[in-house]
Amino acid sequence: MELLVASAIGILTAGGIYLMLRLRTFPVILGISLLTYAVNVFLFASGRLSIGAPPILRDGIEVYADPLPQALVLTAIVISFGMTAVVVMIALGAYLGSDDDHVDDAINKPSTGTGDAT
Amino acid sequence: MTHWIIAPVVLPALLAPFIVLAARYHIGIQRVFSIAGVLALIFVAAGLAWQASDGTITLYQLGDWAAPFGIVLVADRLSTLMVLLTAVLALFVLLYAIGSEWDNRGRHFHALFQFQLMGIMGAFLTGDLFNLFVFFEVLLIASYGLMIHSGGNARLRAGVQYVLFNLLGSTLFLFALGAIYAEAGTLNMADLAQRVRLIDGAETVGIRLAAVLLLLVFAIKAAVLPLHFWLPSSYAEAPAPVAALFAIMTKVGAYAIIRVYTMIFSPDLDVTAGLHTTWLMPAALASLAIGMIGVLAARHLDRLVAFAVIGSMGMVMVAISLFTPTSITAALYYTVHSTLAAAALFLIVDLVRTGRADLNLIAQPVVPGAALTSALFFLAAIAMAGLPPLSGFVGKLLVLDAAFSTSAAAWIWAVVLSSSLICVVGFSRAGSTLFWKAKSMPVADEPAETTAATPAPATLSYVAVGGLLTLLVAHTVFAGPATAYMADISDQLFNPEPYIETVLDTPGKLSTPKEGY
Repeated sequence: MELLVASAIGILTAGGIYLMLRLRTFPVILGISLLTYAVNVFLFASGRLSIGAPPILRDGIEVYADPLPQALVLTAIVISFGMTAVVVMIALGAYLGSDDDHVDDAINKPSTGTGDAT
Repeated sequence: MTHWIIAPVVLPALLAPFIVLAARYHIGIQRVFSIAGVLALIFVAAGLAWQASDGTITLYQLGDWAAPFGIVLVADRLSTLMVLLTAVLALFVLLYAIGSEWDNRGRHFHALFQFQLMGIMGAFLTGDLFNLFVFFEVLLIASYGLMIHSGGNARLRAGVQYVLFNLLGSTLFLFALGAIYAEAGTLNMADLAQRVRLIDGAETVGIRLAAVLLLLVFAIKAAVLPLHFWLPSSYAEAPAPVAALFAIMTKVGAYAIIRVYTMIFSPDLDVTAGLHTTWLMPAALASLAIGMIGVLAARHLDRLVAFAVIGSMGMVMVAISLFTPTSITAALYYTVHSTLAAAALFLIVDLVRTGRADLNLIAQPVVPGAALTSALFFLAAIAMAGLPPLSGFVGKLLVLDAAFSTSAAAWIWAVVLSSSLICVVGFSRAGSTLFWKAKSMPVADEPAETTAATPAPATLSYVAVGGLLTLLVAHTVFAGPATAYMADISDQLFNPEPYIETVLDTPGKLSTPKEGY
């Protein structure tokens, strides 16, 4: 199970970073989403992996799952969800306004740099 | 008095939805409530700072849960100083936003402004790393809204970069937190400070990784060199009052580095020994150099100021990366100076923009109000470049003095002094092009039309900028007491035992079964 979880985190992270390096808004947003999934699983695994273990203290049970990372993951999911929604809206605005979905401003540079001067 | 600690977080958090819900269409009412809220914040912050000034550490346990289990807010000298600085800065920024009508050029400026304040205040006050992450997100999501306030293509595009870069930073932050929790089993700063010391010397891979990741995250926030790319375009494109408020946001990163790397991963800890001097110091020196070279190379005034911010953050980080009590004293003094100077400069950039088509560093005919604007620019540039007599000079002197006896002294002195010279040249070139050469420019073909279309900026705008510059002068005049107080702060930082005891030994719910854990 450790191998499965670890490789899942690794593959998600690698895919996320690859997509982010594409520097067009849609792949970058997808890449960030993949990265947040990776980090969610990572946070979840930080409380050690256990199957079928209860998170709340009870009599006669020896093995417990750590409930705290689960709470942390919930917070992280909510935050990344909200952030993704915000970035989609801003990116959509930027794309519709300038008809260009590049994240870096290399292409737009001549128009902002010298275009203002004229 | 303990409940007052949460007031800087709760007050803006309640005010912001109130402004959205009740005063949505009344800019006048929004302004009144926003100003009243910030004034109240200043009083609360001043009270907290006064309370903490004798070294008292006040703890607030949310929901009365004891420290390692519940979230705590802690008010010591450093956090109350930063809270007070934020509140005072917010007042002047708000006055400028009202005076220049920036708040009326889009919707919900005041609500977002209050949410932003809530996030910043929370980040300064919290005693829990995950809570720090949450407050970072609060201040970031408000800053996304403020950053693209009043819209425009260039601003939206810069906004996308800014948001994406910070989302990446947040993800890194979560990775760091996960690694820390996996290694130490806690995210409370005081608890961590004790537990990191107990980690077996042979099993430090995870915690070292976490320490570096955390430093990386805070360095993104503080715009230290290889991670500074988000800053120039976002600060240059952001609305002027927002950019001025953002002057405190880079300081949140600096604050977090000071807090975490004096208390948890302190310089004497074997696990992270060498992290500061090997990595942080060269990066800080490079960002100081690149920032000031950027000042000289910039072709637009707003970019010039943004690079000056990178340079001054580099200066702060140079002082921090020495990690001695005197260098932290210097770093704190320079932090206050750099926040006020950068905010004033961003507001002045907006004053310069009034009546001009753009901010290219090309001489254009004189516009109304240019005399006063140029005087203010002169003062703020002196402060930022670190020329005597203003506080930038005192701050640089303190940093140089703190670096004098260290092994890296030659590097620090060389970079600080030569970058200061470059910065002076950059600012004087910009100032003389914008204000002196303007007199020799022929008046435009249709003088009547242009002068009629562009009135001088409002008096309130000048009051705001003047207020910030007055604070800078006060920071210089009272440099003695100020440095003495900063020395008290760094003394408290380098003796974290009272902090740790206050946080961990204050009783609350669940405080007894500590041994069985």
